[in-house]
Amino acid sequence: MSNISVSTNGAPRSAGTKGDMVLEVNDLNVSFPTDDGLVHAVRGVSYELRRGQSLGIVGESGSGKSVTSMAIMGLLPKTAQITGSAKLEGEELLGLGDAELSRIRGKKISMIFQDPLTSLNPVYTVGFQLAEAIRVHYPDVNKAEARKRCVDLLDSVGIPNPQQRVDAYPHELSGGMRQRVVIAIAMANNPDVIIADEPTTALDVTVQAQVLEALEKAREEVNAALILITHDLGVIAGHTDDVLVMYAGKPVEQGTVDEIFYEPRMPYTLGLIGSLPRMDESRGHRLTPVHGTPPSMLNLPPGCPFRPRCPMHQDICAEVEPALMPIGPSGHVSACHFSDQLEGKAPDDVFAPVATDLSVEAEVEAAEAEAAALHQEEDK
Amino acid sequence: MNAMLDTPQTAASPVIQGKNLVKEFPVRSKGILRRKVGAVHAVSGVSLEIGQTETLALVGESGCGKSTTARLMMNLIEPTSGEILYEGRDLTKLSRNQMRPIRRDLQLVFQDPMASLDPRMTVFEIIAEPLRVHNLFKNGGRDRVNSLIEIVGLNPEHRNRYPHEFSGGQRQRIGIARALALQPRVLMLDEPVSALDVSIQAGVINLLEDLQDELGLSYLFVSHDLSVVRHIADKVAVMYLGKIVEEGTTDQLFAGPAHPYTQALMSAIPLPDPRKERSRERIVLQGDVPSPSNPPSGCRFRTRCPLFKELSESEQAKCIDVEPLLRSDHAGQTRAACHYAAPKQLV
Repeated sequence: MSNISVSTNGAPRSAGTKGDMVLEVNDLNVSFPTDDGLVHAVRGVSYELRRGQSLGIVGESGSGKSVTSMAIMGLLPKTAQITGSAKLEGEELLGLGDAELSRIRGKKISMIFQDPLTSLNPVYTVGFQLAEAIRVHYPDVNKAEARKRCVDLLDSVGIPNPQQRVDAYPHELSGGMRQRVVIAIAMANNPDVIIADEPTTALDVTVQAQVLEALEKAREEVNAALILITHDLGVIAGHTDDVLVMYAGKPVEQGTVDEIFYEPRMPYTLGLIGSLPRMDESRGHRLTPVHGTPPSMLNLPPGCPFRPRCPMHQDICAEVEPALMPIGPSGHVSACHFSDQLEGKAPDDVFAPVATDLSVEAEVEAAEAEAAALHQEEDK
Repeated sequence: MNAMLDTPQTAASPVIQGKNLVKEFPVRSKGILRRKVGAVHAVSGVSLEIGQTETLALVGESGCGKSTTARLMMNLIEPTSGEILYEGRDLTKLSRNQMRPIRRDLQLVFQDPMASLDPRMTVFEIIAEPLRVHNLFKNGGRDRVNSLIEIVGLNPEHRNRYPHEFSGGQRQRIGIARALALQPRVLMLDEPVSALDVSIQAGVINLLEDLQDELGLSYLFVSHDLSVVRHIADKVAVMYLGKIVEEGTTDQLFAGPAHPYTQALMSAIPLPDPRKERSRERIVLQGDVPSPSNPPSGCRFRTRCPLFKELSESEQAKCIDVEPLLRSDHAGQTRAACHYAAPKQLV
């Protein structure tokens, strides 16, 4: 599969050169009005993505990592309030109508979701769905051409016997194969950006390896930029160039994958790394859990959102929410008042390896009560 | 599959032992007669033993029979054949009444804490229920429940709250407290941390380790995650299509897995270390797990085995015709069910 650009009468989409800026997200904010008040799910996310680059977004459930990309794709419900900007090759995506977005989605920017069975239509063959993705953007492509390209695409994501599989229905394929079909659909039109939202979470590890390999290949072949959203730091370590760590809707640290893993400068990142059991370390090493739970995104108290769980917190953390500050000249940034104290620290130095989290929990509750009281006063 | 590992840890007599466990689920025809037309061979001849204060991890992909094996070991489902020895008695031959007092010693913790806790019971009631069932609540049951709540690291003031008021990690702690209520000797943990976020998962793993040291529990830890297993287990048994393909102590297994499947599984687990991740050898398996209702002849892994493809035709014939048994007479330290087992360092 050397030449995979779609040959049409119109201008074929060429894979651009490596290093071009493709996606620029600036100060993205997303809130959802609910019965209990405004939930500020994403609070000021900014990043730049270059062609051929792969960006990992890590965070726990509820950290806003998926909402960020859903906002860019225009997939959030109408009630969501979105501000900021997201430019794809200079074209603003936020605020575009559905028809205009449909022109871009699947062609310039495509998305892979966690569960392949719900993202494929059960009543059509995979070949039909692949051809649909191509022909909706290039109506000139005739059916025979589209089918040929479908077979090529299925072959390139590593599906055995693509000639036969092209006529299979999704239920006839295994989970890993379905996810590879979804990847094939995502790369069908040589997109500039592929967003993969937890693409392997539902899969077994050996299948995960197959799918990640297919994804990597897809990215190389179409020379696209990849956003890999996951909670699995292992997947991040092996498949991304840059990493964005999110906590409570905000990026708290950003840098190259090596900087994040070897010189983390935000206690949360350090905590995540320390709480991970590792296959390359023996049992003697004790894990260092991050105690407590992420804060509720409703009525977030002022100050650093990680403060209640942070063993390093001081008075200033309760008052001022730290901004992303540069660490060195490389573009590594972190949001912590005391990031300079974290230089060369290991997770064990910062977090105590105890099993229970009673004291932290008491503090979180005190902070929550305080925030609630504050909120009630505001209401009055 | 008689002699298990000859390590000092297991030299003492095991607390619980499964011998040649087989479980087949019938596949029935459609229609009224529902004749048996075939069988799913979920577990085919598995032998396990767990010693005092020991953790045995059962590892494998979904559908390999690891949960079924664990349920067989707890005598929750009846095996097609085989026996489970506990305190010198074969549990499979006991009646329900005879089994009931023994159930106290064998407790379970499930994967999804929300699904395994009754949403209409308070935490106190959930943890007290096993005591009430066994008529033990009257003698200081209240104090026992309160101390359990503290042991697992929950706030005693929360005893009257309902499960939905807790986070995932806390719910799993409630499940653990309930399992500990009857002072069991063996705890079966079925993927206890895989539904939790990493920062919370670590707290539960540490708790399980502390409890084992304090109470001298034996764990049967079912998991698909080799990194968690390396951290918590003393012994590991790797399963593929209803059979144990390799077993050994955790150190032996991770130092040099000898079965091609264990090697592939280990190389597929991503390491949270970018430099190691870039340099490490990757074995990507092709295809999917075959159906357990019609497993391949001979070695069950041969259809996906990367080693099989490199063998000569006569060597391949052995894999197709002869079923490999667990053996330790290869270069590695583990017991592997492969005719051509050879250890390989991967981590």
